[in-house]
Formats: sequence, C-alpha cells, structure tokens
Amino acid sequence: MTRDPGLQPERTRLAWRRTLLTLTAVLLLQLRQAFTGRVLDALLTGAALLVWLAVLVVTWHRATGAGPRRFDSWSVPLTALGAAGLAVLGVAHVLGGVQ
Amino acid sequence: MWESIKSWFDPRELRSVGTPPDYRFSLANERTFLAWLRTGLALVAGGLAAAQFLPPLRLAHLREALAIALLLLGAAVSIRAVDHWARTERAMRLNEELPASRFPAVLALIVAIGSLLLVAVLLGGAG
Repeated sequence: MTRDPGLQPERTRLAWRRTLLTLTAVLLLQLRQAFTGRVLDALLTGAALLVWLAVLVVTWHRATGAGPRRFDSWSVPLTALGAAGLAVLGVAHVLGGVQ
Repeated sequence: MWESIKSWFDPRELRSVGTPPDYRFSLANERTFLAWLRTGLALVAGGLAAAQFLPPLRLAHLREALAIALLLLGAAVSIRAVDHWARTERAMRLNEELPASRFPAVLALIVAIGSLLLVAVLLGGAG
C-alpha cells in the first residue's frame, strides 16, 4: 500500500481521540452530580462512567494498530448510542433534581 | 425504523451491498460522523452546564427546561449522525448520489431561535 498523502488514517485516529476528549468533558460534568448524597445521582453517574469506559475501548480499538485501515461498522453506532445514552442520563439527573 | 437501527449494527449487511469504496472515503465518512458526534456531545455538555451552573430563573423551571431541551437535542444529533453515516456508506458502495439532508439547516434554526428566545427572556427581567 502506498503512503496516503492525505494521511487519512492518522486524521481519523486524531478525530477519535478528539471525540473521546469531548466525551470526557461530559463525563466530568456528570461526575459533579455524583456527590449530592442521593443514591439516584450516584447510580446515574456510575452508568455514565460505564458509557465512557465503553467508548474508551472503542476509541482504543479504532485509534491503535490497524484499526482505521479496516472498515468495521459496530464502533460507530456503539459510540453514537453511548453519546445518546449520556444525554438520557443527563435528563434523568435534571428530572431527579427538580423539586 | 427498527430495520435501519438493526442495519447500523450489522457489518455484514452494510458490507454485502455494492462494492467497497476507496478506504479513504470510508475514513472521511467516519470523521464526518465523529464531527457530528462532537456537536451532539457539546449540546449535551451545554445542557449539563445549564442545569448545574445557571441560577434559578424567574420563570419557573425554565432552567430545567433549557437543560432538557439541550440534552435531547444532543441525543437527536448523535442518533441522526449514525443514521447519516450508514446511509452515506451505503450510497458510496452502490455508487449512488450521497444522501441529502435538511437536518443541518433545521438544527441551525433551532439553535438560533432558541438563543433569541433566551435573549428575550433575559432582557424581560429574569436576571
């Protein structure tokens, strides 16, 4: 395989890492909710942590080794559903906090 | 609808149609998806930040409504991103035109109208 002058695999690797970084910012905001003393908030934050770990594994798979050279379709929907899941957990946090 | 959700998760189905495109195009499609996902995550982060850092506004539950609207918008952007990614990959394999979408324009309008409404609320003396 000749070297790709557009460095597409490298750019894709970096895009995955950028996305994980954004996801980490969301996780940090969720973590702030973990210490309200309420069981619900702790459980929701725990679930958010699991989502983050799942996307971490996907990013690692996609951003290391031969990952980006191979087309595989599960990492993309899994990451999207993880992001949507974080949004739903956030809604539950907000609804749980409305007095 | 369930059929399309299933198709996102079935690599064999997506790979069974047409012929594989140049891998660089698949990677570009993946990066576009990731950029949309970051947009969705930014909306989610904005929703969480609104819930955590805004003081209670004069209109009852406006803060919570704003947070939930941003969070749901973020979820919608994420789901739409994966759907568009799958349809684009499919179109490339079948050598068809790439799917057109109204979604970016709709999203831009929602964000613009929402921002203007908030300006009106804040100028109306909520602060």
